[in-house]
Amino acid sequence: MIVRGSVVKYGDNIDTDVIVPGKYLGITDYEELGRHALEGIDPDFSNKIKQTGILVVGENFGCGSSREEAPVALKYAGVKCIIAKSFARIFYRNAINIGLPIVVCPEASEKLDNGDIVTVNLAEGVIINTSKNEVYRTKVLPEFILEILKDGGLVAYLRRRLT
Amino acid sequence: MVAMNVVEKILCRASSRSVVEPGEIIRAKVDRVMFHDLTGPLTVKAFEEIGVSKVWDPDRVVVIFDHLVPPNSERAALNQRTIREFVKEQKIKWFYDIGRGGICHQVMVEKGHAKPGELIIGADSHTCTYGAVGAFSTGMGATDVAAILATGETWLRVPETVCMEIDGELGDMVTPKDVILHIIGCLGVSGAVYKAVVFKGFTVEKMSVSGRMTMCNMAVEMGAKTGIVEPDHVTEQFFKSKNIPYSSGFVSDQNATFDETHTFDVSKLEPQVACPNSVDNVKPVSEVEGIEIDQAYIGSCTNGRLEDLRLAARIAKGRNVKPDVRAIIVPASQEVYQEALKEGLIEIFLQAGALVCNPTCGACIGAHMGVISEGETCIASINRNFIGRMGSPRAKVYLASPATVMASALTGVITDPRRVAT
Repeated sequence: MIVRGSVVKYGDNIDTDVIVPGKYLGITDYEELGRHALEGIDPDFSNKIKQTGILVVGENFGCGSSREEAPVALKYAGVKCIIAKSFARIFYRNAINIGLPIVVCPEASEKLDNGDIVTVNLAEGVIINTSKNEVYRTKVLPEFILEILKDGGLVAYLRRRLT
Repeated sequence: MVAMNVVEKILCRASSRSVVEPGEIIRAKVDRVMFHDLTGPLTVKAFEEIGVSKVWDPDRVVVIFDHLVPPNSERAALNQRTIREFVKEQKIKWFYDIGRGGICHQVMVEKGHAKPGELIIGADSHTCTYGAVGAFSTGMGATDVAAILATGETWLRVPETVCMEIDGELGDMVTPKDVILHIIGCLGVSGAVYKAVVFKGFTVEKMSVSGRMTMCNMAVEMGAKTGIVEPDHVTEQFFKSKNIPYSSGFVSDQNATFDETHTFDVSKLEPQVACPNSVDNVKPVSEVEGIEIDQAYIGSCTNGRLEDLRLAARIAKGRNVKPDVRAIIVPASQEVYQEALKEGLIEIFLQAGALVCNPTCGACIGAHMGVISEGETCIASINRNFIGRMGSPRAKVYLASPATVMASALTGVITDPRRVAT
């Protein structure tokens, strides 16, 4: 799995109430949810990310509630991959389960800057920063998690195996 | 035999293995699964999309309406209707509709749906609360929970375990909430990411199940996968008093190791307050006294239990909420509400000029029943003060114990409850 795009970058401990506030929960129109993604820290986020695709953040991204609307809103806002120093665990699972690629890579999280052009190879655990001519390596995801991402999420993965 | 801690022992049983190690990924059988009205619609949708026709075991599923209770919009009403239909269709045994249960984590423990040694997964981040009765419980998202409904299993990374050794007798008006805020202030909001937290020591041994629930509830606020107290005589007494069948669960082997151990002496701890906009921005109340408030809120899965209401009532008795301040009291469950009525606590609140609402997550998630506007300040006995948590992103939320919240409601400014208590 290979994802390409350019970087939009934010800081540490971005919580789920900032990613999608409680008042928007229950909205089933995902495009609409996407328009509210991260509006708490950047009202222009959903416009920016459509042009860029790669969200780079610091540590403990997605801390807080279990709301799956958080990765869903980011995905529908146009995020193709999230690179973080670390993720909050429920957010990490939720992102994989809805088929949104995420990568833990402290080095990339530190060195990538707004506007950098990157290529992320998930199966090989390699991130290439074309703008700075740098390569960052990360742990390869377990095989079954890569399978879930390839299938587009846990629902499709289970449907293929259980029915 | 390899020495194991309580967390590893529960995960061994759930995965039918003789040993597990931190970092390993295991498949585990789930003893109980819970979802509520806010995570329910996505759970039901994902379950239906997976395409299996029946829930794996309807006796092990608990559905509780609490977040938008009663519905605050047509959308919420429709979502609840969808879940009700699913519950009927799948013959789910444990369903707490409006007026029957209360806040999900309170109901799970008070109705005996969480027991020592069990693996419990809920579609809510504060599912970690049931560690208070010795269960391994953790929150997941809707799709993970749908997968459990379909298969009865889930995957877990065996967490490293952090031990919090807490000693000292708590002073008057100093509560488990102050202890956990103090710990989070020391470790930070990412201080235990992916890890399990075991609470031990003299202070915890003396704590009721209610106080232990407050501690375990907020383990997730430092990124932990779960918080847990090893079952003891307090746990046993809790189940016996409720006439709920009890099995002793697991305790750590004497020579079990922990990833880290942190020690705390809380004998001189003063009431604590988490300031905007982060749960780890914790200060002793003496440093924030005098900050003006518009609203005081007592409730939530963190601090809406009988013990909390008793403490608040002790402070409110015969006094009045300061003009210009709204005080809102939300009992955590129907059972808590009834007990509070019997004990005369509700009357004390009403006479003080407080508003008593029905059990719900309500304003704790900024959805309804006490949402605050820009420029307003609220002191609340809840678990999060993230930007926008209780309403406007330009409002301020301070977290504290029910005692500190009620004391502040009476004076109109953040107040040390020890000054007001009689």
